[in-house]
Amino acid sequence: MNFDLNKKTLREVNQYLQNVDRKKNTRKFEILNPQGQHAICAGLKDDIDVTIKGHTGYYCAGMNQKANVTIHGNVGTGVAENMMSGKIIVKGNASQSAGATGHGGALIIEGDASSRCGISMKGIDIIVKGSVGHMSAFMAQKGNLVIMGDADADLGDSIYEAKIFVKGKVKSLGADCVEKKMDKKNIDELTKLFKKLNISEDPKKFKRYGSSRNLYNFKIDNVGAY
Amino acid sequence: MCGIVGIYLKTKKYEKHLGKFLSGMLDGMATRGPDSAGFAIYTKENKNIFKYSICLNELKEKDFKKKISKFIKKIKLTNYADHIILETNEKPSKILDLLKKEIPEVSLVGYGKSINIFKQTGNPKDVVKKFKLSSFSGTHGIGHTRMATESAITTQGSHPYSTSEDECLVHNGSLSNHNNVRRSLIKDGQNFNSENDTEVAAGYISNQISKGKDLEKTLKNSLKDLDGFYTFIAGTKDGFALLRDEIACKPAVVAETKDYVAVASEFQAMAHLPNVNSAKIFEPKPGVVYHW
Repeated sequence: MNFDLNKKTLREVNQYLQNVDRKKNTRKFEILNPQGQHAICAGLKDDIDVTIKGHTGYYCAGMNQKANVTIHGNVGTGVAENMMSGKIIVKGNASQSAGATGHGGALIIEGDASSRCGISMKGIDIIVKGSVGHMSAFMAQKGNLVIMGDADADLGDSIYEAKIFVKGKVKSLGADCVEKKMDKKNIDELTKLFKKLNISEDPKKFKRYGSSRNLYNFKIDNVGAY
Repeated sequence: MCGIVGIYLKTKKYEKHLGKFLSGMLDGMATRGPDSAGFAIYTKENKNIFKYSICLNELKEKDFKKKISKFIKKIKLTNYADHIILETNEKPSKILDLLKKEIPEVSLVGYGKSINIFKQTGNPKDVVKKFKLSSFSGTHGIGHTRMATESAITTQGSHPYSTSEDECLVHNGSLSNHNNVRRSLIKDGQNFNSENDTEVAAGYISNQISKGKDLEKTLKNSLKDLDGFYTFIAGTKDGFALLRDEIACKPAVVAETKDYVAVASEFQAMAHLPNVNSAKIFEPKPGVVYHW
């Protein structure tokens, strides 16, 4: 089923996709002429496949549950923000804060992602085949951020328990983020993730980064300040 | 919030459509800035002719003509709503002084050999219509849609800001040390007409360029001297430059084809441009000066 955003309003299209008739078998949808509009496919909650042909604006496929959304183009700020489950594939580049606060599911960006990719992520798996901008995985709590290319400055600043895997170069690490040993357990985890997402990469080529947990507790040396 | 746009034509193919393109881009950014809009459009130079973009305020066109004709004889006036483009071979030093002393009720928006600059309060959709932006041809242009924050919704508070010949600036963001920078620039001989932070950034750029620095170096220095958050597009006779501060919380997206380079706060402002879907689209990196 096709929707042309030159002919239908975004609200009509989103409302249709958010309330698909479960008795019908139509599970595949295509959106044409997105024209950079914001919040396309936000709040989907069923197991459907949506293909978007073109570039989208902010918060594309935000809050997603179960749906698979593929964007044949670039996406604006906050693609897949706060998603819970499902799979979002971006064929082009992503703007800032891709996958922000995502709780689950997978976000695959085939191009580059800009600054703050995976900011405050809470369980989502984000795969970036290109490079990521500065301050990616800022305050990231849970999940995996896998970067095939390079990471710009301050990667993983103030990170909690999310895991970062980078194949390329890291310009610099943010506060409390350190390189960690890539042991067998981590390699197995990454192998499993690649297999699940159909990605042919060698996990052994990745370095792992995470929290040194120095910011977790109050430093007793500072008690004199009170 | 505010929206900024810019388009630079790499080939002559779309010169006749430049105004139409820029108009559509400003339309697309009306959602980010419904309070006022403005644009600078660069057209071909005509030897020694200077163009002065003037906002008439309350003054009628015919009265302005009467007044200015007393002082200079060879002039051409083109009227666009409450703005007028005055063309003459008289040098800026004379005209700027003349306007200030003899016709203080009008305000000079900008001047140069190539620049035409218009700005006014109101929804961008209406502003571009009023100034007939679609009818302009040219080589490059920049524009702004404003959601007013730190100063009032007035013509003086609207962008672009032009503080020197053929130079202008549009800005999305806000500067926190503009009062300090303004004070030191005034000491250095720079003039300001508003309380607006962007005018300070424009003055800063003009001041540095007048000291012989190039635009790229000037913008690099601004990373150190201007505190705040911003995406700037600075226009000159030859093209424009783009800079985002190092935190980069203000957006920008660039689309480049073999015929043009377009910059906007959001992609939707350029969705109407020819072949944009096959353009090279990227987000400018923080703290890096791009120029075309």
